[in-house]
Amino acid sequence: MDSLFALIPLIIVFPFSGVVIGVFFGRRLMPHKDSIGPGLVASILAGASFVIAVLMFIALQGHPEGVEVPLATWMNITAGDRVLDIPWTFKIDTLSSVMMLVVAGVGTLIHIYAIGYMQGDIDEQIAKRGFEGDEAFDFKRRRYSKFFTFFNLFLGSMLVLVTANNYLMMFVGWELVGLCSYLLIGFWFDDPVKGVYNSESGKKAFIVNRIGDFGMLIAIMLIFWTFGTVQFDDVFARAECMQAESQEACLTVSAGEAVHEEAEGEHGEAARPYLTPVALGKIGTVTLGVVVTIITLCLLLGATGKSAQIPLFVWLPDAMAGPTPVSALIHAATMVTAGIYMITRSNVLYAMAPISGTAVAIVGAATALVAGTIAVAQFDIKRVLAYSTISQLGFMIAAVGLGGYVAGIFHLATHAFFKALLFLSAGSVIHGMEHGHHHAAHHGHGGDDPDFDPQDMRYMGGLKDKMPITTWVYIIGSLALAGIPPLAGFWSKDEILLDASLNNQLVYVLLSISAFFTAFYMGRQVFMVFFGRARTEAADHAVESKPMMTTPLIILAALSVLGGLLNLPGLHSLAHWLEHSVAHAHTAEFNISIAAISTLLGLIAIGLSWLLYGRKPVEAGQADPLRSTGPVFTFLNRKWYWDELYDTVFIKPYVWLGEFLAVTIDWKFWHDFVHDRIIGDAFRGWGAILSQPIDQGVVDGAVNGIAQLVDGSSQELRKTQTGYVRNYALAVALGVVLVLGFLAFRFLM
Amino acid sequence: MTPGTVLFLILALIAVASAIGMLTSANAVHAALFLVINFFCIALFYLGLHAPFLAMVQITVYAGAIMVLFLFVIMLLGAERISLGSTLRWQGPLAIVLVVLLLGVTIFILFSPQIGSQMPVPEVWTAAQAAGDAEFGSPASVGLVLFERYLLPFQMVGILLLVAMIGAVVLTRDELKTGRKRREAQTAVSPDGQTGEVGEA
Amino acid sequence: MFTELQEANFLVPTSYYVILSAVLFTIGVAGVLIRRNAILIFMSIELMLNAANLAFVAFARAFQDLSGQVFVFFVMTVAASEVAVGLALIVAIFRSRKSIDIDELHSMEG
Repeated sequence: MDSLFALIPLIIVFPFSGVVIGVFFGRRLMPHKDSIGPGLVASILAGASFVIAVLMFIALQGHPEGVEVPLATWMNITAGDRVLDIPWTFKIDTLSSVMMLVVAGVGTLIHIYAIGYMQGDIDEQIAKRGFEGDEAFDFKRRRYSKFFTFFNLFLGSMLVLVTANNYLMMFVGWELVGLCSYLLIGFWFDDPVKGVYNSESGKKAFIVNRIGDFGMLIAIMLIFWTFGTVQFDDVFARAECMQAESQEACLTVSAGEAVHEEAEGEHGEAARPYLTPVALGKIGTVTLGVVVTIITLCLLLGATGKSAQIPLFVWLPDAMAGPTPVSALIHAATMVTAGIYMITRSNVLYAMAPISGTAVAIVGAATALVAGTIAVAQFDIKRVLAYSTISQLGFMIAAVGLGGYVAGIFHLATHAFFKALLFLSAGSVIHGMEHGHHHAAHHGHGGDDPDFDPQDMRYMGGLKDKMPITTWVYIIGSLALAGIPPLAGFWSKDEILLDASLNNQLVYVLLSISAFFTAFYMGRQVFMVFFGRARTEAADHAVESKPMMTTPLIILAALSVLGGLLNLPGLHSLAHWLEHSVAHAHTAEFNISIAAISTLLGLIAIGLSWLLYGRKPVEAGQADPLRSTGPVFTFLNRKWYWDELYDTVFIKPYVWLGEFLAVTIDWKFWHDFVHDRIIGDAFRGWGAILSQPIDQGVVDGAVNGIAQLVDGSSQELRKTQTGYVRNYALAVALGVVLVLGFLAFRFLM
Repeated sequence: MTPGTVLFLILALIAVASAIGMLTSANAVHAALFLVINFFCIALFYLGLHAPFLAMVQITVYAGAIMVLFLFVIMLLGAERISLGSTLRWQGPLAIVLVVLLLGVTIFILFSPQIGSQMPVPEVWTAAQAAGDAEFGSPASVGLVLFERYLLPFQMVGILLLVAMIGAVVLTRDELKTGRKRREAQTAVSPDGQTGEVGEA
Repeated sequence: MFTELQEANFLVPTSYYVILSAVLFTIGVAGVLIRRNAILIFMSIELMLNAANLAFVAFARAFQDLSGQVFVFFVMTVAASEVAVGLALIVAIFRSRKSIDIDELHSMEG
């Protein structure tokens, strides 16, 4: 069994070798236009990673407490009595195993899906640009291999993140996935129409994530200052040690027995004030409780960035600018769950800081509600899913904030299945729409609307006959998301609601309302897209996607149906699985009333959506029925004016500040006044003084004067060099006379 | 006025007069002859100064050899007449002023109390002293000093004379130069430019 | 005559000889400064040398030291060398310039 654990480095070696192959041989792997070489290689490597993840899962059956596999020493710095020792060590335990399986599994499926999708997507771009022949081929294979290079890079980075055994290594993965996210959102940065928007979206995601990463870094630094290490197990062991002992006494505590002993005593116990003084270097000394609260709040800030929570969620909807597989893989299934994973990983710290836990829960619940309401009023098929993702991430965050780590991870897994399914299906729809659009334009059926947007649900309708597989898997995904039993989403969402009802009524109420909206907007979407009549020629001519794309959809649909089996009430297999690695996991028993209420709410919402959208389908050009709510709809459609709010509160003042600093401070004051006026003019003035009067006048004058003196005097003196020997003799005689005269004067006078 | 003093004054007058004559005579041959007279006077002074050996050397070397050489060169070059007039306007008057000043200063120094008083002035010598002095300045005594005390300078002077002789020969000989020129001319007219040197080698 | 002269000198102070030497020397200097004929300048130099020799011999007698006379001997030797070389130079110059007027030799003027 142990020998299986030794395979763990391969899980990141495979995708990163895919990156190397993609960078150096990507284009050669694509000998002709329809070749899928790069995608195939990337998918095989992703699949290999998944195989490793499965092997780890099998190996863990015998060692549920988990192992750490050291690979190399990364940093080892000794400064005084502190040692910063950060190994590059893989942590394999039940939690990271779940994440590995989800990331590699869903990732592999999406890789396979992308093989087909990107072919079409790139062809679409080629058509937009009007490339032909070799130019088109070159463009295609460059972009095709580039995409899969990024995709493999993302997969490897995400696996680094989840297999890390310390915060800093996790941070490396954390940053790398952020980079991949940026690269892939802006993948069509050169799109002739939307290029600027795409690259702006990438920048937005990157910058907003920086704010979160800032919190993350602060947290990591504080962790090191407080506990003297960043390795998860040691941090948690020392944190628990410091509840009773002094900081110095705990700084040498290592992972092991302490964790397991404490796991029993602390379980579910109300946190008591931690009064152990903690020396924070030059900052001063504060009590442990305060430090841990600050650390966990900073970690929360990091989680809100990566997992798109209030206040940093604004980047995720715009991240839909990337190709659909990217939205599915990065911005729905895996990367955005990093925050949940990280909080779950830090459960020991959150257990010590009840305020932070509550804050996390409130943030999650609020995000769930806000995003859910916004999703109701969107028209872009991927935007609806994006807000849905934010909302569902809010559910997970709320769960982990309340201590329901099992529920959070459970929902993370099931959400990965059905949200990946929904995104990929949406991609399939978009694909079909584009195909239909070209078909319509090509055959002169009219309706070649320059404003045509294959993602706008208002242009769709009646696709169920054109794209049956997509329709069915989409409905399955929607029902799973809406929380209709017995699909996966029901079980996981029910568990979160159950946890919330037991721990925090406010969160429970918020989440229930969100669940209602979830069902409603999914119903609205399904009815608008697949039912009724086609509202455009494009929708009328849409065709089903290729099997390469539909196969992963079917697999994901099956997972969405069966995902609930992971943690069925009564069995709690996931809970038992996770309790080896999540000390503070707790699971409540199934409560039929909670389940009934949530199911009922979901069914009512779907019914309501049927009333509004299904019974009498929206016709082409007809306003959305919800428009009747007037300003409320506008408010929701404009996303609660979050962007405008940020624009007013942060961006405008920031731009103003930037302009002020640039124009007034830097340019006018610093450049014009200080540099040009004071320094420059003084310099020029001094230069003028030094050059004209001093240098040219005095120095040059002296030099030239001496030269002229020498010149003039030698002009005169040369006349004495007559060349007549007798003159010289005369001078000698004169000298003799003078010397004698001098001697006479000297000796005789 | 002893007869010795009178004799000295007469000889001194002749010496000065012949020097001035050399100075002023336009003809170089005359000047050389005046100088010979002057040298003879000086030789006589040497006799009176207990230096009979030097007196002989003065007559043979100076008045004989050197002045004959001068006359020979003058006549060889035919350059006996060069006018006294000068192209340098101030040279003559300035020279005279300077010479007068030089003479004045020298005499002033010589007869100043500090120096003049240290100058040993022989008193009237007795016959006995003269007899004791008889050997002073004789060729034998001079030769002894020369070859005992000043042997090394004597040898160096001999080398000096040798060098001067060679120098004079080298400076006056242009036969080598002209000979080479003649050879070069022959090489230039020979049918092939290389054979001149090769043939000689 | 020899004895006569010797006896006569008994009565002449050394300073007389020194003055005579100075006068002759000065005349030599004047000859160097005034005359343009290179041979005459040479002869003036000889005159100056003789004037110096005269002083040497006079002091040798006054100090009863034969070194003065030996030194005169050396001076005469040097003078002979000088004349030999100098006249050779004059001959060489005359060959190239066809003149021994030293005022015509001023190509070194500044």
